[in-house]
Amino acid sequence: MAHTLSVNGRSHTVDVDADTPLLWAIRDNIGLTGTKFGCGVAQCGACTVWIDGQPVRSCVTPVSAVEGKVTTIEALEGKEARAVQAAWDTIDVPQCGYCQSGQVMSAVALLKENPKPSDRDIDLAMNGNICRCATYARIRTAIHAAARSLEG
Amino acid sequence: MLRQTALAAVAGLGLALAGTAITTAQTPTPPAGTLRPVESFQSIAQREARSAAIFTEMGKVLQHPRCVNCHPATERPRQTDAQRPHQPLVVRGKDGHGAPGMACSTCHGKENFDPARVPGDGHWALAPASMAWEGKTLGQICEQLKDPNRNGSRDMAALIKHVAEDSLVGWAWRPGPGRQPAPGTQDQFGALLKAWGETGAVCPR
Repeated sequence: MAHTLSVNGRSHTVDVDADTPLLWAIRDNIGLTGTKFGCGVAQCGACTVWIDGQPVRSCVTPVSAVEGKVTTIEALEGKEARAVQAAWDTIDVPQCGYCQSGQVMSAVALLKENPKPSDRDIDLAMNGNICRCATYARIRTAIHAAARSLEG
Repeated sequence: MLRQTALAAVAGLGLALAGTAITTAQTPTPPAGTLRPVESFQSIAQREARSAAIFTEMGKVLQHPRCVNCHPATERPRQTDAQRPHQPLVVRGKDGHGAPGMACSTCHGKENFDPARVPGDGHWALAPASMAWEGKTLGQICEQLKDPNRNGSRDMAALIKHVAEDSLVGWAWRPGPGRQPAPGTQDQFGALLKAWGETGAVCPR
């Protein structure tokens, strides 16, 4: 069945079953492989994309339920995105890197909604994004650094 | 050495996640309990006693995991029939829809997504703290339910409408595989609530 998806500002028609997770439409049909498969049950956050600016786990979102505009890591832009990417680079957040796309999507979404998050705010926003290299302390430090860089 | 440790960690994570998926996929759905029909309470001649008995029957639903899990005593919901703390950690937030960056809608859609056993509904949210039921007696829940300051400013007609028609309330009877539905049906529960109101809305002690 054909489904039309708006992904990164472009309209794509994908021919998949209605309950196909958005993740697979993005990766296999549209060819954007920055978004990762981790667990398939919304427990790890590797598949995080935005729908209308809000973080969503694409592995548990059927294409038939997608009504808004999808943004993936490939099209992430804006001052918060630049600040997070710079902090990630400076602080060497990525280790194996597998979860980073999801981490960055969640971190930027947090900063757009809360430009000066506390440790607690960061933990609450990010604890659904698992890192198998356990870089959690660096992730928190980098989000604080990105927030500071956005001040003024 | 470091590399071996890292590889072992990766393999471990993979196994852990696969284990989660397999466990959820194979979890059977327990059969739902039943509710007594309103008519069966006619044998209780005393009106107040009948009203309290009807509410006690409603307690099977109100104190069921499908309801209590999202009427928690803390800011964190519970999940599953075992009522474990919600994984990952999520909180009520300002409006019952989660914290910035981790809203309910990050994982929960407008409908259940059965392939991953993730439940959903268009109204998916945590009940306000004033409506916490977890750990309370049925009598306390009853008084809370009647109190407009703690029930979302609802009178009896609004309560009946909420219980009989709200889709998130209705989700308790269609929770998807692996979760026991609330007892009876939403219609039966709505009928009990109506009968309870008509008999004076007396709370059990």
